Amino acid sequence: MNDSKQQQNESIEHYQASGIKRWLYTTNHKDIGTLYLGFSLLMLFIGGGMAMVIRAELFQPGLQLVEPNFFNQMTTVHGLIMVFGAVMPAFVGLANWMIPLMIGAPDMALPRMNNWSFWILPFAFSILIGSLFMDGGGPNFGWTFYAPLSTTYSNDNTALFVFSIHIMGISSIMGAINIIVTIFNLRAPGMTLMKMPLFVWTWLITAFLLIAVMPVLAGTVTMVLTDKYFGTSFFNAMGGGDPVMFQHIFWFFGHPEVYIMILPAFGIISTIIPTFSRKKLFGYHSMVYATVSIAFLSFIVWAHHMFTTGMPLAAELFFMYSTMLISVPTGVKIFNWIATMWRGSLSFEVPMLFAIAFIVLFTIGGFSGLMLAITPADFQYHDTYFVVAHFHYVLVTGALFSIIAGVYFWLPKWTGHMFNIRLAKIHFWLSLISVNVLFFPMHFVGLAGMPRRIADYALQFADFNMIISLGGFAFGLSQLLFVYCVVQCFRGGEKVPAKVWDGAEGLEWQVASPAPYHTFATPPEVK
Amino acid sequence: MSVENKKSPPSYYVPAQSPWPILGAIALFFVALGSGLSIMQLNKSDVSGIFLLVLGLAILFIMLFSWFKDVITESSNGLYSKQMDISFKQAMLWFIFSEVMFFFVFFGALFYARNFSVPWLGGASNNVMTQQILWPDFQSFWPLLKTPAGETTQAMGWQGLPLINTLILITSSVSLHFAEKAMQQDNRPRLKGFMAITLLLGICFLFLQANEYIHAYHELGLTLQSGIYGNTFYLLTGFHGLHVTLGLILLFIALLRILKGHFNGQHHFALKAGSWYWHFVDIVWICLFFIVYVV
Repeated sequence: MNDSKQQQNESIEHYQASGIKRWLYTTNHKDIGTLYLGFSLLMLFIGGGMAMVIRAELFQPGLQLVEPNFFNQMTTVHGLIMVFGAVMPAFVGLANWMIPLMIGAPDMALPRMNNWSFWILPFAFSILIGSLFMDGGGPNFGWTFYAPLSTTYSNDNTALFVFSIHIMGISSIMGAINIIVTIFNLRAPGMTLMKMPLFVWTWLITAFLLIAVMPVLAGTVTMVLTDKYFGTSFFNAMGGGDPVMFQHIFWFFGHPEVYIMILPAFGIISTIIPTFSRKKLFGYHSMVYATVSIAFLSFIVWAHHMFTTGMPLAAELFFMYSTMLISVPTGVKIFNWIATMWRGSLSFEVPMLFAIAFIVLFTIGGFSGLMLAITPADFQYHDTYFVVAHFHYVLVTGALFSIIAGVYFWLPKWTGHMFNIRLAKIHFWLSLISVNVLFFPMHFVGLAGMPRRIADYALQFADFNMIISLGGFAFGLSQLLFVYCVVQCFRGGEKVPAKVWDGAEGLEWQVASPAPYHTFATPPEVK
Repeated sequence: MSVENKKSPPSYYVPAQSPWPILGAIALFFVALGSGLSIMQLNKSDVSGIFLLVLGLAILFIMLFSWFKDVITESSNGLYSKQMDISFKQAMLWFIFSEVMFFFVFFGALFYARNFSVPWLGGASNNVMTQQILWPDFQSFWPLLKTPAGETTQAMGWQGLPLINTLILITSSVSLHFAEKAMQQDNRPRLKGFMAITLLLGICFLFLQANEYIHAYHELGLTLQSGIYGNTFYLLTGFHGLHVTLGLILLFIALLRILKGHFNGQHHFALKAGSWYWHFVDIVWICLFFIVYVV
């Protein structure tokens, strides 16, 4: 469009505080997006450091480095940090940065609340991480905090865990309300729902899921709190409750949560694949309907995490079939991405490499999920490293790879510079190889019966565990290269035009690079 | 605020920097840390937790007061477009939806206890051996007045206070509706009257509810420790009571603003939001009354 006029407009609007105040008081969606992304990168490395402790302990059988209780704290806090501190805030950061640009909005609908939702997070995580250093230690009951581990058998600091989860939940709900209202109310004239970019669509559904299930998590931790400290017996059969009820309630939150962490990833991949195939996305409508179906199904599959709890047979069958049903809309998505690439003029820039790796590796994670969905088979897989392999394939090579792909894709738009392509490609290949060395052998040890969440293991698993640990260290170290690439790109580099990638489409490529502090003060017209 | 000096304000108002959100985050930090610590210090002499909690609540109060002051100033300066109004309304409705889901958890726990965990402990379905081995004397019925561990209590009837309270809340919803109608016609005396009636009814409800708790605790022996019946009863009615309190605060602020001459027939979002919230709290109570008390 008319970039120069836009630019001129922006320079008038350009009030931008400097120093620390800019970040503390900001109401700007781009600043807040940057804050979210920076925070999640920090959390990725803290949670990753814990994973390194876990892998170092498991490098050899026997106990070498840490106490079993501390090991349990590491697995617990690693999970909590990666889910609530790394993956979710990273997607919220991308949403903050990109959704207003993609729909032609001047900012998020409620800019001050946006700032509030972000700044709660560092405080929430400092309570959680701080509890690790207190007498009695941090949470050690697994990120799923199953009762009675989190009630009868947990340490005295559990109340801090509960309240840090509470304020994380408040943050997520406010963030989600902001996103959903922005999408419903701030779209540029002419941008109907079915013209929205898929990233916006997937985030719309994700925000709905967040508002629906974060309160469920709040209720769950509240019951854990009263059971532990006030003598209630929600999860205690002595008073008529049931520990299995904990699992039902937790997974009613937990399963939609899984899709909260993967739907935005689908949106990112659906943006990147058409760009570097130089074709329109194949089956836009079916993509939207598939996203909606996945969200709906996510509410009626929760008990597939609990096949071994002795549910009635009818429930086992229902949850097996409903779970398998999810592979239909997911399959539609995989098919559409491949069909988009079919006969496209492909080029393999760094975001595209990560996106293709996502499709292949996420599909592996999807297939192992399908195996886990088969109730009788799950009795063998349950609580083994096979499960660990499954959810790390969907969360690391799925969610995390899509986040990295998204960052490489939009980084030039944010900074105005191209990143170091050679280095980024090295980062890609190192990550791709090491992540598979890390997670693929977990399938084998899992099928052979190695349980998850143990600090020591039987000797027959020694060789594979050593390979897994080596892959883990390599993957962890490779991510330092990612940080280097990002920082270098912020500090300078080859200038890029407004439309960074020649196949890119959408409003975000019509504003200058780097994107001006304020964009679309007057909404653009969408044909 | 700097935007006000602009020649043509943007169609959608984007506020300049604001110190209140970060202050709110700090407040929530103290509230969370203070709540956690004070619960951990329940039977100890240490009161640092309560101190932090009170500090957090004080900061939160100051923050919300200042934030809303800014919002009211901006609104009365005419900075808010119609589109902005829609944002507020949608955000409030989604917030209420999240509250619905919060109550849903506790209703779900009640449903599970009544239909599954208690009958199963009594040997229903394929759980005969569960009962034989764990608590062979346990009998399953609802309300669960004798837990497997042997705690006994009495059930809370629905006649008397709960029924009166139901009528009070329904009446308050109706009177609030009339208040809103009066607002739309800019009939101030009528508006003030109906707002006052609504608030009084809300306070009556809380007062009677507190009496009911005292009755339950002392005369019926129904406590937080008396098994899943008491647990679901107290958490559902307790969280409902907290929401009534929040609703009352919202309506009270709206009344204060009405007395100061704020709002007009077209623009009264604060009143509208408070009234949506109040009707929601009312509906939760009606569900509660039938599911927890009557059935």
